[in-house]
Amino acid sequence: MKRHALSTRLWHWINAGALIILFMSGLTISNAHRWLYWGDYGFDPGDAWLNVMRFPGWLTLPARYNLAAARDWHNTAAWVFALGLLIIWVAMLANGHFRRDLATGQRDWRLGAWRAALASHRSKGHDHARAPYNALQKIAYGAVFGVMLPLMVATGLAMSPGFEPAAPWLVDALGGRQSARSLHFITTWALVGFAIGHVLLTLISGPLHLIGTMLHGGTREGART
Amino acid sequence: MTSINRRGLLAGLGALGAGACSDLHKNETAQDAFRTAEEWHRAAHRMLAVRERLAPEYAPHERSPDIRGNGSLTVDSPFYREQLASGFPAWRLAVSGLVRTPLSLSLEDIRALPQRTQITRHDCVEGWSAIAEWRGPQLGSLLDAAGLAPEANFIVFRCADELYGRAYYESIDLVDAYHPQTIIAHELNGAPLPEKNGAPLRMRIERHLGYKHAKYLTAIEAVASLDDIGAGKGGFWEDLAGYQWYAGI
Repeated sequence: MKRHALSTRLWHWINAGALIILFMSGLTISNAHRWLYWGDYGFDPGDAWLNVMRFPGWLTLPARYNLAAARDWHNTAAWVFALGLLIIWVAMLANGHFRRDLATGQRDWRLGAWRAALASHRSKGHDHARAPYNALQKIAYGAVFGVMLPLMVATGLAMSPGFEPAAPWLVDALGGRQSARSLHFITTWALVGFAIGHVLLTLISGPLHLIGTMLHGGTREGART
Repeated sequence: MTSINRRGLLAGLGALGAGACSDLHKNETAQDAFRTAEEWHRAAHRMLAVRERLAPEYAPHERSPDIRGNGSLTVDSPFYREQLASGFPAWRLAVSGLVRTPLSLSLEDIRALPQRTQITRHDCVEGWSAIAEWRGPQLGSLLDAAGLAPEANFIVFRCADELYGRAYYESIDLVDAYHPQTIIAHELNGAPLPEKNGAPLRMRIERHLGYKHAKYLTAIEAVASLDDIGAGKGGFWEDLAGYQWYAGI
């Protein structure tokens, strides 16, 4: 049995590409109005709760400020990201990946389980690629799949004046359009934090092997392929 | 609903992978993917929100203290200055193009029509929002009065203001033209429309971003196609900088 299903591997790389485009074009969109507000309205920098830095060209897409092009990138990649998230959730529920690897039980929320998770990461000779996910991994991936990624879709939709008449309750639930915009920004950086941790832990725990399993699938039991 | 170019999207998804190249957005395949995505957004919104669903309306106390002026803040002509000073007695709004009876309306004519008052949120493409009360006749009633020809597919808004030496204009389809909240506003928060917000007349098209809401309105023109208007992309910012014609996102 493969450790990573084909659907997981395809989604992982397509989603990584979409998120990079969304992130870089999103920084251009942030540069268009660098103040964040709470509530339904906000246009006066004096009312802002955060004055965002101007992101430099090497981080933005396109590199030279072009809001129209950034919106094209952002709103096109958004389809890939949102439909991909929907498909991977259906696949994870159907193939048991969610129940087997990601769903937490009561014991995953105990301090002891977290200590054990940290200890196992420090111990040499531990085969990360074959062990089931530990409590901290389950909680981290669960927060990403269950909260952060869906929140990016929800807050993105809530900023669209054409979508809002279809689901005005969504904008209300998020606290208004400018709150949705603030939450979109905050969740972006939470995901950036996750991505940095994700890449660092991969680098510490055998990057070639782990990247390999995310490409060809690897094996769940038995010797490494 | 326009047909969706699936091959364009697939090819474009391939191009997305190479997003690091900053000029890639000028690539034809990327452009195809962008237009397809825009069309999908429009189709999805129309499917989910149907034709008549309203944008949220707010209570008077939920209004923002001001509504920021953006883009053109005035019209740079002696005629405009003189009209602004005297309450626009000679201002005319033409309703023309593919209509049976072209109209030419004064501000008085427009105030005499049945009015709609709505407190709505203005969302700028830059990201900010403001809430204000707008008042004016529905565009649909004007089009009915003029008698829209069956060949008409789009409504073009002609404006008195110029930016970068070009006349501002915008356009929408008939679904948005006949949407109940699409009005020709002559009042903002109970007072005549201020100069910076498009005096004496501006469009409110509430399910779109601000650049669709043409200010300093002089004419409403029914057309079959947008190809021969301006540079053919349906609006000032669309022509000048590639902004999306569908501005519901």
